[in-house]
Amino acid sequence: MAEYSAFQLLKHALTGNTGWKQAWRKAEPKPEYDVVIIGGGGHGLATAYYLAKEFGITNVAVVEKSWLGSGNVGRNTTAIRSNYLLPENQHFYELSMKMWETLSHELNYNVMFSQRGVINLGHNPAQMDAYARRGNAMRLNGIDAELFTREEVEHILPGINMSRSARFPIEGGLMQWRAGTARHDAVAWGYARGADRRGVDLIENCEVTGFLRDGETITGVKTVRGDIRARKVAVAVAGSTGHVLNLAGINRFPIESHVLQAFVSEALKPVINTVATFGGGHLYFGQSDKGGLVFGGDIDGYNSYASRGNLPVVEDVMSEFMALFPNLGGVRLLRSWGGIMDMSMDGSPIIDIGPIPGMYLNCGWCYGGFKATPASGLCFAHTIAKDEPHPLIKPFALDRFKTGRMIDDKGQGATPRWH
Amino acid sequence: MRITCPHCGPRDLAEFYYWGDATRTMPELGSADEAAWLAHVYDRPNPRGHHREHWQHLGGCRAYLVVGRDTATHEIFSIIFARDAAREPSK
Repeated sequence: MAEYSAFQLLKHALTGNTGWKQAWRKAEPKPEYDVVIIGGGGHGLATAYYLAKEFGITNVAVVEKSWLGSGNVGRNTTAIRSNYLLPENQHFYELSMKMWETLSHELNYNVMFSQRGVINLGHNPAQMDAYARRGNAMRLNGIDAELFTREEVEHILPGINMSRSARFPIEGGLMQWRAGTARHDAVAWGYARGADRRGVDLIENCEVTGFLRDGETITGVKTVRGDIRARKVAVAVAGSTGHVLNLAGINRFPIESHVLQAFVSEALKPVINTVATFGGGHLYFGQSDKGGLVFGGDIDGYNSYASRGNLPVVEDVMSEFMALFPNLGGVRLLRSWGGIMDMSMDGSPIIDIGPIPGMYLNCGWCYGGFKATPASGLCFAHTIAKDEPHPLIKPFALDRFKTGRMIDDKGQGATPRWH
Repeated sequence: MRITCPHCGPRDLAEFYYWGDATRTMPELGSADEAAWLAHVYDRPNPRGHHREHWQHLGGCRAYLVVGRDTATHEIFSIIFARDAAREPSK
């Protein structure tokens, strides 16, 4: 098994880097498992890892259409935070934050978790009042939050446009210092290696094409590599949730799939040392350890399963970035990409048993799924293993739309593209 | 993506506003059928493939349109005025 200690690095450097072993086996599908997890992304791999580690369930397969981590976990803007207003979100994302703080040790894999802070910039008194309210709500639940003045913003973001004559002048912000970023692929690879070592089969290039049924109950999956029976089938496919549920005969569900674009610039010397969001529109940005500016904004806004967006959003995001950093106008864009988001009706995830007997569902992450990866994996594994929702995810049950217990942090209502 | 407005011709995506799924029908306003309201407000077909949706040419003639579009490829099959769609039987 691959270990990446300084000694190993030196040894392999001296022997021509020919001795590195693959981090996980190329598993062949067995005819039957206790649990089959559809989706080899962050959430699916984390679920497999915690099923094996915390609940002793190792007869598990993760089936992935493409290669592991080829979806949103391998390309996102990597922000990790727990700065929510509503208690259900706060408790869940704060568990995730605490898990991030020890994740590199837990996996013995450097996920490069960097607590460089996430600040929401405020541009008018009403916005600063809303930030004070959210910050107080966070602190009441034991989460760190600090209301920044204009001068404090200037101090931590020295390159930013602090002009009083800006269209949206910066008045202050809400900072969560413990928030930050992580190396996204390393998260997928770390969980994959950890799950593989505990006996989980990671099966790539294995697209699910249908479900095996015994009456109403799901008893396994049909894949391009043959049928695989399973006592429990867990679905963690993010933007493809609608499509996979369709295969199971569910044609209406409180999710819409939308495309979200993100952008990376050429590498620069350190210029932005925190993650920040622009409150005058919708823009979030940071700088990767390699030097590229990583940023994104709104989803394109129309239903889409195409992993590419359109130009109006590109223009929108660039103009917002220019409003904050006119001094970086000469920086060239290196690449952009689009990922498919499972936008839920209240902006919060859905993790539940069902909606069909034998199925377990993890979806609706909108575009905040990356930061939830550890807690989502742990809580989903708990739900699958014990056939009872983990206490922290009980509020995220599917029936909340029926009972009226929506968790709508932004208060936007049932229009997915606004969350 | 470009959308060909039946009134104005081919126009840039930025001129249009998206109103979402056009297959939903609202229950009668006096209806007390909870399941029907739940489905109308929260449930969507969300298909990968052919999708029927409402757009509005907000930056042009302001007409409401019903567009048939493939969500996997962004290819547009059909565009008609919403008023004509509403007059079609059995929608």
